[in-house]
Amino acid sequence: MGEVVVVTSGKGGVGKTTTTAALGAALAAAGDTVCVIDFDVGLRNLDLVLGAERRVVFDFINVIQGHAKLTQALIRDKRLENLWLLPASQTRDKDALTEEGVEYVINDLRSRFDWVICDSPAGIERGAALAMRHADLAVVVSNPEVSSVRDSDRIIGLLDAKTERAERGEGIPKYLLLTRYNAARASRGDMMAVEDVLEILSIPLLGIIPESEEVLKASNVGSPVTLSNPASRPAVAYAEAARRLRGEDLGEVVVPVHKNGLFGKLFGRNAA
Amino acid sequence: MSASTAVRQNLRFKGKSYLALVLTPEEPYEAWIEELADLSARSPGFFATRPVVLDVAATGLPPRDVKALVVALDRIGVRVMGLEGPRHLKLPPGMPPLLNGGRQASGIEVHEEGEDSQPKAAAPTGSLVVENVRSGQSVVFPDGDVTVIGSVASGAEVLAAGSIHIYGTLRGRAVAGAYGNPHARIFCRKLEAEFLAIDAEYLTAEGIDQSILGQPVQIWSENASIKLNVLR
Repeated sequence: MGEVVVVTSGKGGVGKTTTTAALGAALAAAGDTVCVIDFDVGLRNLDLVLGAERRVVFDFINVIQGHAKLTQALIRDKRLENLWLLPASQTRDKDALTEEGVEYVINDLRSRFDWVICDSPAGIERGAALAMRHADLAVVVSNPEVSSVRDSDRIIGLLDAKTERAERGEGIPKYLLLTRYNAARASRGDMMAVEDVLEILSIPLLGIIPESEEVLKASNVGSPVTLSNPASRPAVAYAEAARRLRGEDLGEVVVPVHKNGLFGKLFGRNAA
Repeated sequence: MSASTAVRQNLRFKGKSYLALVLTPEEPYEAWIEELADLSARSPGFFATRPVVLDVAATGLPPRDVKALVVALDRIGVRVMGLEGPRHLKLPPGMPPLLNGGRQASGIEVHEEGEDSQPKAAAPTGSLVVENVRSGQSVVFPDGDVTVIGSVASGAEVLAAGSIHIYGTLRGRAVAGAYGNPHARIFCRKLEAEFLAIDAEYLTAEGIDQSILGQPVQIWSENASIKLNVLR
């Protein structure tokens, strides 16, 4: 039986979809079978980030409403043969997601794949609630800034109350993925420190993804950052987070530091 | 300026919360009234000591029948203080005022006669929250003190009839003595609160002395103002 992971945050624009694609690709590259699901019905993006937007025939809603079989809706990645996508519908709204439908699809996928990664929509409404509902594990994505951290805190509360595992009294493991971390700004004190975020959220850290243009470039060419430029710093950080998810013991997460060379000192403002 | 124009400077309003007993009529109404009359006879004072609200939302009764119910209840000694959810907002004169926005509370126990006559030893009413209170969560304790082992996040709220003890950081809101107890206090290991209140007195984050932030603090009410001091 596969592991169902929800990638969630509360706040929008913090990197849930990027994270879903990058972790999915990294896990698939490591040899596991992975299915990523876009729960953002009406505002789908995961197909774009994976470069599969031209290949969508059927979607999640078609499957739920019985208009297509699950196998017809799944799209296989062109680069990684064990990475699959279940796209969201762009034309329906989130009310088309039914509780029974989601449960059926997740259970089916769980029996086919090693990992089922649910890309949650922003917010705390129906779409987000259904994305987390059947999860075995949650990756909470947060930026090191107060509004994002507070929203993540809210989501952690919901994970502890509204997921199936929580209702069974088993509790759900939650990991923090700190994205858009800017070491230069952190060194100037312009950004929340890692330890402050951890103190507030008090869940274990899965990784710190440095803020980088590589992430934007990767999205624009429709490729997860872990595939488009595997040597880049965000790709390395995502790959490490994926290894931690697979249960590898890599010790403590290393907080990126800002290397301020002579050039950087002279022209500090431009060095990042 | 003549004495007659002297204006009272501070017109103060106090808010208090009471736990109301909500009655939901069930058909057949005659039998329902009879059951209540029976309960009232077995447990004297059960209705007399509590505010009673009649929730008629589910019944869809016309105003005439709602009035008949209120009169029937009055006859068996149940004074209805407010009405919730009538179909027609225009009610006949003499009817209790409309109420809405009520929050769900735990059920109220009925004590049989005899049980009530001997005063019970004060039951331990303290409550314990072993986890963090996360943003958006509101924990309400209508009885006694509450102890929170974790932190209370920004955007979270703890409300208690008695005192509040927080072993983590208080970043959100804490309301002690919420049902009218000016002697309740708030204690926390690290103060970064957004809002503090004891009974009817309150203090927002702006009113908190910056130098006290981040320290273990106790908060109490004295001479109608909130006092804070660092615990050493």
